[in-house]
Amino acid sequence: MRAPLSWIRDFTPIEAPPSEIADALNQLGLEVDDVDAPGAEIHDVVAARIVQVVPHPDADKIRLADIEFGGGRALRVVCGAPNIAAGMVVPFAQVGAMLPGDFRITKRKIRGVVSEGMLCSSRELGLGDDHDGILVLPDDTELGADVRDVLGLHDVVFELSITPNRPDAMGIVGVARDLAAHFGLPFALPTAPAIELVDRIGDVSVVVDAPERCPRLVARVATVVMGESPAWMQQRLRLAGMRPISNVVDVTNYVMLERCRPLHAFDLDRLAGRGIVVRVATDGERMTTLDGVERTLDGGDLVICDGERSPQAIAGIMGGRDSEVDASTTKILLESAYFEPAGISRSSKRLGLRSEASARFERGVDPNGAAAGADRALELLAEVAGAVADPATIDRYPRPVARERVTVRSARVNAILGTDLTAAEVRGLVEPLGIETEGSDPFIAACPTDRPDLAREIDVIEEVARRVGLQHIRRTVASAPAGSVGRLSEAQRERRLVADVLVGAGFCEAMSMPLISPADLEHVGLTADATVEVANPLRAEESILRPSVRPGLLRAVAGNAARGEPDVALFELGTVFGPPRSGDLLPDERTMLGAVIAGTVRRAPREPDRAVHVGDAVDVVHALVAALRLADLAIEAVAVPGLHASRSARILVDGADIGAVGEVAPEVLARLDLVGPAATLELDVGALCAGRRRPNRFVPISSFPPVNFDLAFVVADDVAAAEIAATVRAAAGDLLERVELFDEFRSDALGPGRRSVAFALRCRAHDRTLTDTEIAPLRTAVIDAVVAAHDAILRG
Amino acid sequence: MSARPLIDRSSDAVGTALRAIADATDLDALRAAERRIDDEFAAIKREIKSVDAADRSAVGQALGTAQAQARAAADARRGELEATAGAARLAGERLDLTAVGAEYRRGHLHPVTQVWRELEDIFCGLGYEVHGGPEVEDDWHNFEALNFPPGHPARAMQDTLYVNLGEPEQVLLRTHTSPVQIRLMESQPPPIYAVMPGRTFRRDTPDARHSPVFHQIECLVVDRGITMGDLMGTIEVFFRALFGDVEARFLPSFFPFTEPSAELGVSCPFCSRSGCRTCSHTGWIELGGCGMVDPNVFAAVGLDAEEWSGFAFGFGIDRIPLLRNEIDSLQTLLWDNDVRFLRQF
Repeated sequence: MRAPLSWIRDFTPIEAPPSEIADALNQLGLEVDDVDAPGAEIHDVVAARIVQVVPHPDADKIRLADIEFGGGRALRVVCGAPNIAAGMVVPFAQVGAMLPGDFRITKRKIRGVVSEGMLCSSRELGLGDDHDGILVLPDDTELGADVRDVLGLHDVVFELSITPNRPDAMGIVGVARDLAAHFGLPFALPTAPAIELVDRIGDVSVVVDAPERCPRLVARVATVVMGESPAWMQQRLRLAGMRPISNVVDVTNYVMLERCRPLHAFDLDRLAGRGIVVRVATDGERMTTLDGVERTLDGGDLVICDGERSPQAIAGIMGGRDSEVDASTTKILLESAYFEPAGISRSSKRLGLRSEASARFERGVDPNGAAAGADRALELLAEVAGAVADPATIDRYPRPVARERVTVRSARVNAILGTDLTAAEVRGLVEPLGIETEGSDPFIAACPTDRPDLAREIDVIEEVARRVGLQHIRRTVASAPAGSVGRLSEAQRERRLVADVLVGAGFCEAMSMPLISPADLEHVGLTADATVEVANPLRAEESILRPSVRPGLLRAVAGNAARGEPDVALFELGTVFGPPRSGDLLPDERTMLGAVIAGTVRRAPREPDRAVHVGDAVDVVHALVAALRLADLAIEAVAVPGLHASRSARILVDGADIGAVGEVAPEVLARLDLVGPAATLELDVGALCAGRRRPNRFVPISSFPPVNFDLAFVVADDVAAAEIAATVRAAAGDLLERVELFDEFRSDALGPGRRSVAFALRCRAHDRTLTDTEIAPLRTAVIDAVVAAHDAILRG
Repeated sequence: MSARPLIDRSSDAVGTALRAIADATDLDALRAAERRIDDEFAAIKREIKSVDAADRSAVGQALGTAQAQARAAADARRGELEATAGAARLAGERLDLTAVGAEYRRGHLHPVTQVWRELEDIFCGLGYEVHGGPEVEDDWHNFEALNFPPGHPARAMQDTLYVNLGEPEQVLLRTHTSPVQIRLMESQPPPIYAVMPGRTFRRDTPDARHSPVFHQIECLVVDRGITMGDLMGTIEVFFRALFGDVEARFLPSFFPFTEPSAELGVSCPFCSRSGCRTCSHTGWIELGGCGMVDPNVFAAVGLDAEEWSGFAFGFGIDRIPLLRNEIDSLQTLLWDNDVRFLRQF
């Protein structure tokens, strides 16, 4: 909404400087996006008449215009706009003139012809985006006059961002009323004269078939003389961001901008059946709107038809081409209606057609302003289009809307705002907003019908807050009640712990898009069945909700490799989505930890660099298990989709599958253009943290010396080291302090399919020094157990 | 035999010993010299018995003094030689401590997570709890219970991504963290002092300032006697904890789920309101929205608006690292996962 200051001053005598008015508007909740002084950047641009247009000797699309601009001054300029013609009065920027954007006009040679200045379009003058051609000024403009005077550019325009609850502020009058209240100034809106209500105006009839969608419709008839609107009206429309079209159309737009009262003028002689019918459209019905587009309607749209029920306008959104006023129009039917907002919003959204009118109707215009709005238009039409209005008015308004009567308690005002106002003060604050009050405390607030946002006590309290000014309310602090402790829950603390373990292991936290495509899954060897689809994705790449964080992480690794950083360790803690569990409406959401380590582990120059090993990912699993003190972890070798078939495993906690770890499959690496190996893991954090824990109790430290010995076994390749270690632990009993795998190798001597695994054992007692007589049978028991359980051969 | 010859021999031996000790250039030479000195003193000692009995003690005394003098000199010299040898050994063990290969790779929390944790910690300090909720929501929690009736134009303020579950447009990617307010009020009685950080979604084309997926934090307080003054004061305290010496600014606005509602801004912490690029030379940075919980929201969750009042506020988390670390674009911050970026923070 663009509100020119001069227009605001029609309704309240505001003299404050523009910066102060802008502050006031912000404090009132009418957010100022910009304060525009369009004339401030324009110098030496004058009105000039085009005397003749001649072709450019060397170019087809540009022409030469001879112009005169008063006092006998005449020049030749080069112009590329197609719309210039001899006789037009246009804005002329002389050599040395300034245009918005710090654009200085110089004498330039264009294709060999010198141009002594430039003719300007409205965009070049900073008046909107209309770049169709040179701006045409009224014929009677004095030549040589400063265009700032001609166009009213000395004005200041407030560009406001109006919230959806304030349709009234989409009219100059609503803005002026708020400002008048704020500055304590009078505010005056001329009252409309009494009208003569009739059922028909001569042979003109109005039928409203859908009163629930069109609760009020006012129709007036007038004769008009079509033409251009006067300069002052064109100026205001341009400043407000609209293009002047013709005197009749301009008046309807003017009243819309001034009163938030969209109107439509039909050419009465083009309305078959001499009247209008408001009805719901039928499915598949077609009509061509003013913009020349043929629209297909459905049963949710409301149409205004001619007397023969043929659609002439999409109600509240856009008029039709067939009954549009044009130069030949002599008689108009002026329609001023109140349409039900939600219906307009639905149709406008469905048709993808938004207009200045629909933006107002969908917020809710004043049903009680319909007749006054039509009257205002006819008053202006009499002035600018020689209109003679039939005094008779058709008003279809079966259930008049009354002011909302709201009970307001001063105690409630103060309880919500933290203020200390008396009822009289509250009344004094809201009355200048057009709210009528009765009684003392509580009092009745009768709210104006152009403020559909005022229907409850809290709505009036908000008005009080706006009037008091939020900056004047004393600020206090709401701390939680004494005795309550603010802290993270255990689950929240453990989520942080999981991230900290990864950071401690040298991983960088990544965030990848939770919206992906099925192709992203297939790319990393996962299947796209059982995913949750986005119904209205903006892009195909964002068409499903990720069921895994692996595609995003691998994409990040590939992206970094492509940027010359192949050696990365990334992790992500994020939500993944599965289809709803039975009986649920919402998807199955789980927080997953994913991690990928790729390329080379850099150690040089102290140690040799080495390639990433799947064990780097397994180490992370163990670090998490240790940090969370999980009691029961198992790593079960199994081919996991997308991972190397014999270098991948499921992770089991308390026997339940909570994720996978492994090396990324070679074909996936190839598709990602990755050279080095990459190891990855993905764990369900909720399930991980739900695992049974080891007690967090101190284990006494023995002061006796340990006995250390090593055992090496030859076993089959598929015997898990962890299982051998478990057998060792079970056989050795409580005296075993720890067992560690310190060597693993395959060799020709061992034979194919076999390998050597060597463990270092440390035994210790809490109450004595262990002797050989105790250790020897323990050692034998361990060896026997491993040999028996794993078909192992002792190597030494 | 008189004492004199042996006494003279002892003092000669000391002289010889001191020279030999001084001449020793390494520990081996010193040890050899000490052996020769010990031999000479032992030889003198053997001859004491040939001295007249009355003079023996004088010789013994002279010999003892000479031996002590030699030993002291040897000890001192050994100390010197050991120090020299140690220094030489360390010199041979030199390592260049500036010789590092690839930059040491510590892990990094994402800048958004760092701010996220900081926000949670500030509110925990005020005694608030932290809550979460599902990222895919139903229409009730995301819109209807928050006083967005079907067809209300305020719904158009938030372009919504829907998912193919339930009835059309019934299940959606939450457009704000506010549905967690509803879930919280549905699940526990007041008083409620809580913050709700989370991931949110809008049907937006990505650019430097927009992302279809982003992060928000929401705050909800419901108690007896909570006022707009409490809302504004609490936000100001929070901003000071986050940004330092700043002021909070409130401009009336509209949100369906709060009334009165306000835009919340903070005085620019980077230029102290004198105007800079970060605040577009306005001195203020708009961060989010706030307001008193609308009575319709209380009605939706079955709370009596006459008994309870409350406030809510929310803002984008991503904006904070963008501002603070002068990150050029939301696309750099989120989703790119360029390690050259992640390793900076």
